[in-house]
Amino acid sequence: MSTETAEKSPALKDSEDLLSKRRKKLITDPLVDDNPITIQVLGICSALAVTTQMQPTLVMALSVIFVMVMSNLTISLLRNKIPTRVRIIVQLAVVASLVTLVNEVLKAFAYDMYKELSVFVGLIITNCIVMGRLEAYALGNKPYDSVLDGFGSALGYSWIILTVAFFRELWGSGSLFGIPVFDSISSLFGEDFQLATNGLMVSPVGAFIILGLLIWVQRSKTGYVEH
Amino acid sequence: MQQSNAYIIIFSVILTVVLGLLLSGTSEVLKPIQKKAEELDTKKQILGAVVPAEQISRMKAEEINQFYESRIASKVVNIAGEEVEEQDGVQVTAENIDVAKNYKKAPEDRLYPVFIFHEEGNEEAANAYIFPVYGSGLWDNIWGYLALQTDMATIEGITFSHAGETPGLGARITSPEVQQRYKEKSIYSESGELVSVVMQKGEGKDYSGEPHKVDGLSGATITAEGVNKMLKNYLEHYQSYMERKKEGTPKMALN
Repeated sequence: MSTETAEKSPALKDSEDLLSKRRKKLITDPLVDDNPITIQVLGICSALAVTTQMQPTLVMALSVIFVMVMSNLTISLLRNKIPTRVRIIVQLAVVASLVTLVNEVLKAFAYDMYKELSVFVGLIITNCIVMGRLEAYALGNKPYDSVLDGFGSALGYSWIILTVAFFRELWGSGSLFGIPVFDSISSLFGEDFQLATNGLMVSPVGAFIILGLLIWVQRSKTGYVEH
Repeated sequence: MQQSNAYIIIFSVILTVVLGLLLSGTSEVLKPIQKKAEELDTKKQILGAVVPAEQISRMKAEEINQFYESRIASKVVNIAGEEVEEQDGVQVTAENIDVAKNYKKAPEDRLYPVFIFHEEGNEEAANAYIFPVYGSGLWDNIWGYLALQTDMATIEGITFSHAGETPGLGARITSPEVQQRYKEKSIYSESGELVSVVMQKGEGKDYSGEPHKVDGLSGATITAEGVNKMLKNYLEHYQSYMERKKEGTPKMALN
């Protein structure tokens, strides 16, 4: 087994609560203190690419949650069977299959989203967060813990990209989930009043700026410094 | 212990087989649903050339199918503008023609679908003619549907789609705001020559007085050139058909 890369959790009692303190931490840690995007700065590519609008971002977030939970579960179940020398390829095969699955389902049931997201859904395979958690956690821990760990990391990723998308769509297109918010607000103030949108927010540069601000706010609050 | 080459190979084979079965199984199960979704999307694009985008996005899948059924008639023509009903003994329907596949053939060998937007239930009372167009943008293929009014010269509406243009730049051809620019433009010059409508370089100028020019996309000149070429090419391919129809229109108007 690849003990050198895997975090070992402390020896456990047989009967641990389904949501014990330690397990809750598995979920809550990646939300802020160990957030995959803002702290570990992983998965930036997709955070920039899909976040121009809320709806595709939400689909992307759900896809990542599904892929991370399922891949962590699978790898963890197989962790004593996977030959160390080919473990990366095995992880890749599992992740790639899950992503293809997501893509096929989107194509069947949400064709518009599929058209918009298909390239980026495919790129979940290369999202470092997914492989990172498999390598660092799922290979050395029990299935249930691994599922929680994957879920936590995916949630941490999701809320960040959703926040970025919120500002980008609102500011860049003047709408949220496709509903024209700016227009309705403007109409409250009479005919001549029109809130302006910012074209910069629609381009990837806008995502960099929002993300940078997010990281700044977060780090000034938590006091996190890179070593 | 479990690290022998034989173990690794056996493990890999089993994994491959399991994952392969899983994926091909899903693909097989989902294929009919995906096909329906694809067809619906094509119908949406065709209708998009003549119906405002907001109206389409409000309609449910069934409503779109119904609307399409009752308002769109379709034909297949060849480069000479003659109607084609079968090719190599197989019946052809416009909906089943893969414009992308035809694009690879020489223009003379292609089949050209025509979609006729007509009054409900009356195929003779055409409101607009919709022509699929296909070409290449900067990174990948672009395509669309161009709707002409019954004078076969004035653009009723247009929709564009793309496979991989740059978001925020070339990909803007899909935005209603850009497609709106083509409305009411004319593809024929006053002397009756086919000149198409040309997207200009640069953006922000007012071309409302010029029937053959539309405002450009700043930062996406190559995509815009692709669009121009695509329109020009396909209008030429459809020209014979359009001429035939034009000759036919006065008679119909007299009735």
